[in-house]
Amino acid sequence: MATLHTKNAARAMMAPAVIVLLIWMIVPLAMTLYFSTLNYTLYNPFSTPFVGFENYSYFLTDPTFLAALANTLILVIGVLAITVIGGVLIALLLDQEFYGVNIVRLMVIAPFFVMPTVAALVWKNMMMNPVYGVIGQMLSAIGLTPIDWMTEVPLLSIVIIVAWQWLPFATLILLTALQSLSSDQKEAAEMDGAGALSIFWYITLPHMSRAITVVILIQTIFLLSIYAEILVTTQGGPGAQSTNITYLVAQQATSYGDIGAASAGGIVAVILANIVAIFLVRLIGKNLDA
Amino acid sequence: MGQIHLEKVRKAFGDVVIIPDLDLKIEDGEFVVFVGPSGCGKSTLLRLIAGLEDVTDGQIVIDGQDATELPPAKRGLAMVFQSYALYPHMSVRKNIAFPLKMAGMDKAEIDKRVDYAAKTLNLDAYIDRRPANLSGGQRQRVAIGRAIVREPKAFLFDEPLSNLDAALRVGMRLEISELHQRLKTTMIYVTHDQVEAMTMADKIVVLRAGNIEQVGSPLELYSHPRNTFVAGFIGSPKMNLLGGAEAEKYQAETIGIRPEHVRLSTTEGSWKGTVKVSEHLGSDTFLHVESPVHDEPLTVRADGEFPVHAGDVVYLTPEEDKIHRFDGEGLAMKTNSRAVA
Repeated sequence: MATLHTKNAARAMMAPAVIVLLIWMIVPLAMTLYFSTLNYTLYNPFSTPFVGFENYSYFLTDPTFLAALANTLILVIGVLAITVIGGVLIALLLDQEFYGVNIVRLMVIAPFFVMPTVAALVWKNMMMNPVYGVIGQMLSAIGLTPIDWMTEVPLLSIVIIVAWQWLPFATLILLTALQSLSSDQKEAAEMDGAGALSIFWYITLPHMSRAITVVILIQTIFLLSIYAEILVTTQGGPGAQSTNITYLVAQQATSYGDIGAASAGGIVAVILANIVAIFLVRLIGKNLDA
Repeated sequence: MGQIHLEKVRKAFGDVVIIPDLDLKIEDGEFVVFVGPSGCGKSTLLRLIAGLEDVTDGQIVIDGQDATELPPAKRGLAMVFQSYALYPHMSVRKNIAFPLKMAGMDKAEIDKRVDYAAKTLNLDAYIDRRPANLSGGQRQRVAIGRAIVREPKAFLFDEPLSNLDAALRVGMRLEISELHQRLKTTMIYVTHDQVEAMTMADKIVVLRAGNIEQVGSPLELYSHPRNTFVAGFIGSPKMNLLGGAEAEKYQAETIGIRPEHVRLSTTEGSWKGTVKVSEHLGSDTFLHVESPVHDEPLTVRADGEFPVHAGDVVYLTPEEDKIHRFDGEGLAMKTNSRAVA
């Protein structure tokens, strides 16, 4: 199959796609790198003197940077914890045969189809609003003081909203993994004297480890760049309590008109994301080997 | 001990009855083979004994104790699955140790037993490998190892050799027979392959549609099949079953004659026929002969080489005392009476 001739032909035919893809990725990255070295503000976009690493030192020494970094990590880890643990439990439930299981499966998956801004607004106004939100009403009904979610626990509110959106994804992936577990193995374990918990711990969970790894890797990529949910609910506040790196970068451009600092922040975010990625692959990537 | 009695055991899925009331006694130390065509309920029967399926009605008594309601683990039986059902993320050692670990046995004893099992099954060299890195035969041995470390009352085998290639199957058949002779534990073995049944069993249970057609030693089934089904199922190649005029000569509805009980000649005999296909194995010759006495080709076996080929004319003579007679319901008739003519 792979003669020299076919290899060259294949390369020639793939080249346009690869070149377009490369340009598509390289150009924005190069421009961001270039802008990050300029004093480029929207208030005076015609004078953009070269300032070297000044934008980086400005962004990295901003007191909100460390807070945003911490918030980003809490957001990612919090949502991962809820979606993976919750996803495993819901998947176990949906793997059972019961009346109406297909409808329940569909409904569990539904939140994934709601766009982030809409989901966040629904949560903010209909669920978490202390006066007329469902949660507030329920707390009042049993005589407790309603919580003003967005001001009292802003980051937790964001974590809950985002977890709600991603739980279906985790559930779906974990459910398919669960369904591929052969019943023979469970029966063999049953004959070997394993109880339900032991079967879960020694057979089911190891079987799902690869799917859990996939869920963690994919979700981490998306969770590092959460933006819309913060914009329409807390707008990063109060103060910087719910500001993550992505939101902080966007703020540099939209609120302060500082393209240079925003670009520098963007590059910092890329580097941080890569550090997280390397760390994750080192930690759990071995699960992906056959 | 490993005595298993089934009393009026019945299994139905909804309205579909898989096994109608069935009685069977399996004595301690016996090698019992359940054999039958696919869908005859033999695997279901094994799973009922294992406790992986609930019986609809009736009793399963293991060593004098009613085990009908006991969960699988409490019955003291070990099972080897057709797919082996090894735990893929565990090493061979951990796989074999799993039932002992679940039983809460202490580490030193587990290691001792696992090492012993690995040695007897020649698994020492692969003890730290995962199942994915083992060949089919080695996986099979790990599955058996996992069963024997528990020292169960009885072993249950569910078509354990069907995923192996022909050469390996013969080897594993011997190994399992040797294992039975060494352990002297009751073994129940399910297969659709009558050769496995004939070579390994102390007692064969022939099943059809959930009913026991006949129970007996391999040679009993071979020489005295109770009905046409058992006659056709046991023995390879299959027994020739003839109806019509030839059967009437023996006052029977159907007569059966095994391929090895027909004398072959190129010059004279009772039935004339034409060779349709000839299979020359060196040790035996199998001929499929078309003859006016029967609408389907008759199978005939000759010892050693018999030099005829497709299209040749041959004469067949059944050995009179080896003819099986069956009545209108397919049941065997008692005496082998001679032809009237």
